[in-house]
Amino acid sequence: MAVIEVENLRYRYPRQERLALDGITFTVEPGEFIGVIGPNLAGKSTLCQALVGLVPHFYKGAIGGQVRVAGLDVHRSTVAEVSRRAGLVFQNPFTQISGAKLTVYEEVAFGLEHAGVPREEMRRRIDEALRLLGLEAVKDQSPFALSGGQMQRLAIASVLAMEPEVLILDEPTSQLDPAGTEEVFEAVTALCRRGMAVVMAEHKVDRLAEHADRILVLHQGRQIAYGPPRQVFARENVAALGVAVPAVTQAAKALGWVLEDGTYPVTLAEAVAVGQARRGGR
Amino acid sequence: MMSERQPIIQARDVHFHYTPGRPVLKGITLDLGPGATAIVGQNGAGKSTFVRLLNGLLKPVEGQVLVAGVDTRQMTVAQLARTVGLVFQNPSDQLFKSRVLDEVMFGPLNLGFSAQEARERAEAALAELGLEGLEARNPYDLGLAERKLVTVASVLAMGTPVIILDEPTIAQDQVGVRQLGAIVDRLARAGRTVITITHDMEFVARHFQRVLVFQDGRVLADDTAEAIFAQPELLAAAGLQAPPITRLGQALGLPATVLTVEAFVEAVRAGEG
Repeated sequence: MAVIEVENLRYRYPRQERLALDGITFTVEPGEFIGVIGPNLAGKSTLCQALVGLVPHFYKGAIGGQVRVAGLDVHRSTVAEVSRRAGLVFQNPFTQISGAKLTVYEEVAFGLEHAGVPREEMRRRIDEALRLLGLEAVKDQSPFALSGGQMQRLAIASVLAMEPEVLILDEPTSQLDPAGTEEVFEAVTALCRRGMAVVMAEHKVDRLAEHADRILVLHQGRQIAYGPPRQVFARENVAALGVAVPAVTQAAKALGWVLEDGTYPVTLAEAVAVGQARRGGR
Repeated sequence: MMSERQPIIQARDVHFHYTPGRPVLKGITLDLGPGATAIVGQNGAGKSTFVRLLNGLLKPVEGQVLVAGVDTRQMTVAQLARTVGLVFQNPSDQLFKSRVLDEVMFGPLNLGFSAQEARERAEAALAELGLEGLEARNPYDLGLAERKLVTVASVLAMGTPVIILDEPTIAQDQVGVRQLGAIVDRLARAGRTVITITHDMEFVARHFQRVLVFQDGRVLADDTAEAIFAQPELLAAAGLQAPPITRLGQALGLPATVLTVEAFVEAVRAGEG
């Protein structure tokens, strides 16, 4: 059963005329990794905020349609209720990290303390979150002594320790180097294999093409496409609207390297396979 | 005999630390001159520290940095600002005016341009970054991507011979990245010295002639983008990979290193022809 159900979601920020989101409809199953792409101002961050209830409860404004996350009607629930089931990781880890804690371990404990989680349970969850995000070796360090990639993984671990059913990430790798970016994608993929549903807004389409199960394309608040990466990136309207498409897909389209199902390769491995077949068959 | 003009930036065995005993730069010697140079490498490799030494915000602990032949220790940051413009990674480190236009005019005014000239320069820079119409907005009301473009405009408007961009493509969408790329191309063609720190290897491959690979406070490699991206082991040692299109070309055994989709398509067609 779907853990996220969004139906005809429309939203307008206060004192704005334009709809920030206009007719968004999609569902996400447990264990699915959804990438949200589109140009800036397409509504990616707004959608992330809408999935955890910050839109409309914190930002106010006018909302229509329905958002159900982990069984909760988000528009009729408080942010506190939703946040127990859906965690949001912000773009900049500095925004997320409390600054009040001296070690990585305590930082992960921060949210749990506030939620009144019993001590033994807290220890179990922290250890697991640190292990999943590969932060055990730095658990006694100051959060501010970490590298960018480690800090972003700490932000994810802190959200993860709350054991949400759904994890929302808003451009979590924008400050990271390539290795740090890959660390985040690997960690997120591992969480999906354990049944967590993940929604990630991201500009790095070639990484999403490798890892995401489905891609949601937004443009000026409207939903342009939703489906598996190969189908989405094959669509003409996606590239035409200035939405980034993986470089290997652009090349395959230019060369007519079409797959049997009428789509084009979106990952390096797919493109290598098609390219070898084409060039070998000369 | 000095037959050539000296490079505008010369780093000579530059060492730097913030805390004694924890070296950040461990002996960097290189020259920087006209054209586009990318600095790549992992977080913590010393890239941002290095460029702060070039505009005098930091001074070497050992060794020296010469800008237009003068040791940065002998110059104030204000004097250096006439030669070296630096766009910070985080716009909050840089923006402080309450109107976009004032922000972008601030640099030219400080360099002694008249209000009229400063305004013209600011408007031209904003136009080049696609920010027309935002002149009266408060930078802090803009999104991160636009705020970053405002900081780039602020430095462009100063017209310095050296322009340093620290992670300009962060948070930019495809349109923003292309605009920044076009600016790098234009400045490089005009003979300006453009130095850019970035993790975006596609951006490097498309717009930069020279690539410096930083690792652990040292320069691991200094070569053309083609030569750097042809060396997977070198890149792996620095925690990097060539852009996907380059790796696709390598996997398919194309004779030359391709850096862009267009070059890849052309190379494949040439092979088929």
